[in-house]
Amino acid sequence: MTTVLDVRGLSTHFTTRAGIVRAVDDISFSVARGQVLGLVGESGSGKSVTGFSILGLIDPPGRIAAGRVLFHGVDLVALEERELRRLRGNRIAMIFQDPMMTLNPVLRIDTQMIETVRAHARVSHAEARTRARDALGMVGIASPEERLSAYPHQFSGGMRQRVAIAIALLHRPDLIIADEPTTALDVTIQAQILAEMQTLSREHGTAMIWITHDLSVVAGLADAIAVMYAGRIVETGSVGDVLDRPLHPYTHGLIGSVPSRNRRGARLRQIPGLTPSLLNLPAGCAFRGRCARADAACASDPPATEIAAGHVLRCFHPQLEVVA
Amino acid sequence: MTAWLLRRLVQAAFVVLAMTVILFIGLHVIGNPIDILISPEADQADRARAIAALGLDQPLWRQYALFLWGMLHGDLGRSFVFHEPALQLIGERLPATLELAVSAVLLAIVIGIPLGLYAGLYPNSLLGRSAMAGSILGFSLPTFWVGLMLIMLFAVRLGWLPSTGRGQTALLFGIRWSFLTRDGLAHLAMPAFNLALGNIALVLRLVRSGVRETLPLDYVRFARAKGLRPARVVGVHVMKNIMIPVVTVLGLEFGGTIAFSVVTESIFAWPGMGKLIIDSINVLDRPVIVAYLMIIVLMFVAINLVVDLLYTFLDPRVRLEDRG
Repeated sequence: MTTVLDVRGLSTHFTTRAGIVRAVDDISFSVARGQVLGLVGESGSGKSVTGFSILGLIDPPGRIAAGRVLFHGVDLVALEERELRRLRGNRIAMIFQDPMMTLNPVLRIDTQMIETVRAHARVSHAEARTRARDALGMVGIASPEERLSAYPHQFSGGMRQRVAIAIALLHRPDLIIADEPTTALDVTIQAQILAEMQTLSREHGTAMIWITHDLSVVAGLADAIAVMYAGRIVETGSVGDVLDRPLHPYTHGLIGSVPSRNRRGARLRQIPGLTPSLLNLPAGCAFRGRCARADAACASDPPATEIAAGHVLRCFHPQLEVVA
Repeated sequence: MTAWLLRRLVQAAFVVLAMTVILFIGLHVIGNPIDILISPEADQADRARAIAALGLDQPLWRQYALFLWGMLHGDLGRSFVFHEPALQLIGERLPATLELAVSAVLLAIVIGIPLGLYAGLYPNSLLGRSAMAGSILGFSLPTFWVGLMLIMLFAVRLGWLPSTGRGQTALLFGIRWSFLTRDGLAHLAMPAFNLALGNIALVLRLVRSGVRETLPLDYVRFARAKGLRPARVVGVHVMKNIMIPVVTVLGLEFGGTIAFSVVTESIFAWPGMGKLIIDSINVLDRPVIVAYLMIIVLMFVAINLVVDLLYTFLDPRVRLEDRG
């Protein structure tokens, strides 16, 4: 398998008056062609910032403080803005969380699609329109020709997300970063879109980073999972490894808090405590304040250790017993 | 749309009617024009004849009815002073004021929008900060004082620009305009800038705050993630969303600029309507005052109508039928 994206030691910091927020702190992962990586974590764990960092869309006071983002071997962090712009929406596309907000409310769908086509391909207006229409058809929008002349407010949320996906697919990108694209949608639409994305990934060999806090979404979709906590990846591995044989206490907590048929009627398990403030986070494992297994050793940074092939962990006290 | 337009026109007719009632009663409270127009030496017979000639011997309700009857026939009465139809008198001065007001609003657009855009995109830059600080002066300095200072500096000290009058004019559509000749433009520059100052400040602040609000929104980020050039992101995606408040304010300000150009016209001896109305109020030339105010009311009604129509082009979510 060819590696499409290889992120090495990426750190994205935001300088605020109160201090430096390490939103993303020394994370590494890679995605291969046709592979779907689920990037999982709570709100504020740095998932979205990771996505924006890959595309170089971090605005001041934020900046990429360290690390490399290798896309087909080219380091995007070192790339000039103009070169980066040629990749955005072309080779790397992004889909956002809230479909009600991603499309410009005062521009027609065709305007927003044609400009994307023509930003990266020297084609006529008519040709661009045809491509836009075909893309709408591909994501399952009925009578795409008429829908092209509509405005975003004339679409439902699910339809708008389909339009956003169609825009992301216009140039057949090698990598799609999907930032919780189904969170704002109802469950049936969510299932449809997930199935369609999976098909697209298989058929075109598109690599995907699927950012979500919903483990059940990732379970059916992803090939590999990276669990983020407080700006760090605490556990990575294949879906089977991470979901069936989780080792990090935080991953255990996440899986335990998913409602399940086996525990019907029982109280939902929670992870005690709150996510720590990312501002001036002390050294050591960020999860130790909420962790039942934490001891003195956890005050220093746990190194990334490969427990089994491809199953990487940052924890001194992996939890080996099976999740209930 | 047609129903909406009809309803608006009927509303406008009522506004105009209400205005005439207020005007008639108000003018009768202010004072009696006979005391000013007729010399103190005139005897009782002369006085009675003059009163009858001006139609002031009639009871108020009859004067009002006659006025309405005249208005339906396009006749707003004759000036007590010039013995010319009031409408014609104002019509002669209208182009000068229109020219001044349009120049002022154009200046506000040409200076205010780019500066506001810059200040919004680079809020911490020197130019951005000085523009914001300067806009406070633009709001708070009284027009007459700025006008006098402009004359002191550019006309008296530097001698670059003439201080009074319209200068050389040229004929276009049978009307004399200053902006068609070099000399006329030199005469127009100072009063137009003086009148524009407040509007520039207003537009600048409006555009700046609009840009600051719009930039972090998802659809702007999405536009950037599509790989669009920054010029297109700002020029199309951001600008079109900002234009709605700007058009509203500019529309209202245009009416205000015409109606209240009195001060500027007086300082620069610009022979427009503003100067005429001040002179007419001084001698209680009722028909001219009434005609002037009627024109102003009609203008505001028309501008509001145009602004509402412009909304539908700027914001597809606005539907005119839905509003009263």
